[in-house]
Amino acid sequence: MQWRNTWSRWGIVSVGLHWLMAAAVIGLFGVGLYMVDLGYMDPLRNVLPDWHRSVGLLLGAALVLRLLWRFVSPPPAPVPEHTRVEHLSAHAVHWLLYGLMLAMVISGYLISTADGREVAVFDWFSVPAVTGDVQGMEDLAGDWHRWLGWTLIILAGLHGLAALKHHFWDRDDTLRRMLCMKLRQSRSPDRQ
Amino acid sequence: MNHRTNLTRSFIASAVTMAVLGTGQALAADPSGTYAFDREGQHQFIQFRISHLGFSTLYGRFNDFDGSFEYDADNPEESSVQVTVDTSSVDSNHSERDKHLREEDFLYVSEYPEATFKSTSVEMEDEDTATVTGDLTLRGVTREIDLEMELINHGEDPWGNYRMGFEGTTTLTLENYGIDYDLGPQAEEVTLMLSVEGIRQ
Repeated sequence: MQWRNTWSRWGIVSVGLHWLMAAAVIGLFGVGLYMVDLGYMDPLRNVLPDWHRSVGLLLGAALVLRLLWRFVSPPPAPVPEHTRVEHLSAHAVHWLLYGLMLAMVISGYLISTADGREVAVFDWFSVPAVTGDVQGMEDLAGDWHRWLGWTLIILAGLHGLAALKHHFWDRDDTLRRMLCMKLRQSRSPDRQ
Repeated sequence: MNHRTNLTRSFIASAVTMAVLGTGQALAADPSGTYAFDREGQHQFIQFRISHLGFSTLYGRFNDFDGSFEYDADNPEESSVQVTVDTSSVDSNHSERDKHLREEDFLYVSEYPEATFKSTSVEMEDEDTATVTGDLTLRGVTREIDLEMELINHGEDPWGNYRMGFEGTTTLTLENYGIDYDLGPQAEEVTLMLSVEGIRQ
């Protein structure tokens, strides 16, 4: 298995980032939804938001790495069985997902830094506020965070369903090449 | 430079004031009248304090409110006051907490953007203190409350206005206003502290 992406498949860096970020997005959504309704006396009342903020900012860092990596090591060519519409819509969804993840990280960060204070990433380091104290920014950023979050999880769900459709229905390599699995099609010149 | 200019100015202002006051007590006039809260100069504060689990006291404030009062010097019990508070201006110096305070669990500001107080009667306790009774509307609930008010002082300010300042407190039970979020038995009540200066119109 190679680190870099090739003409026919994703390399370890892209595959690893993809699944780590998928787990983070799903986890953040679930925890985020759950933690805002916790009672004041709940033992998780402070822990879950700490995790949510920390993992969210790490997701932002992973996203930056991932986008940089796209330029260092461009993605594989479209799966040959895909139609042009499938290819274009997949491409559009990928960039929408990147954009939504970025917007989620930024809006979440703006909620926590609306009082001008830094956000801690576990007890490893802190990210300072860039806006200073902005009255009411937490509410505006909070509204965006909620609706963008729902948009992201729905779009990510469609993205996942599409992958499953390609895998089980079309029986093509779309999902296999994101799982470092043996490809079904003979894909010279660099078939693994 | 600036400092000196200011000093000079306030010296002149004081001198003028003293001259005015000196020309006769006749000008230390009847303080009766309608006073508008000094919102522009921000000499007005509505703060609140509530226990945090019995460990310490949390302080917050409402940054945006307006009000006025009528003061009747001859018959102080005929005085009255009204205040309108923008509930979304709640500020406890922590954005995530403020966000929660604005949500349905607490102030529910999207539904109830304003809280109001209108006095209905004033009972003088002594020369400078009074119990001001009135209707507080908070989170859609209107209840009668008593504010323990103290008249701090009144008189001409250095810039030609007539000012009067009060401080007062009252204690609310959160549940009475539909706020039943469990903050622990030590935090069922919140104390409101009002400190305002009015400028006579």
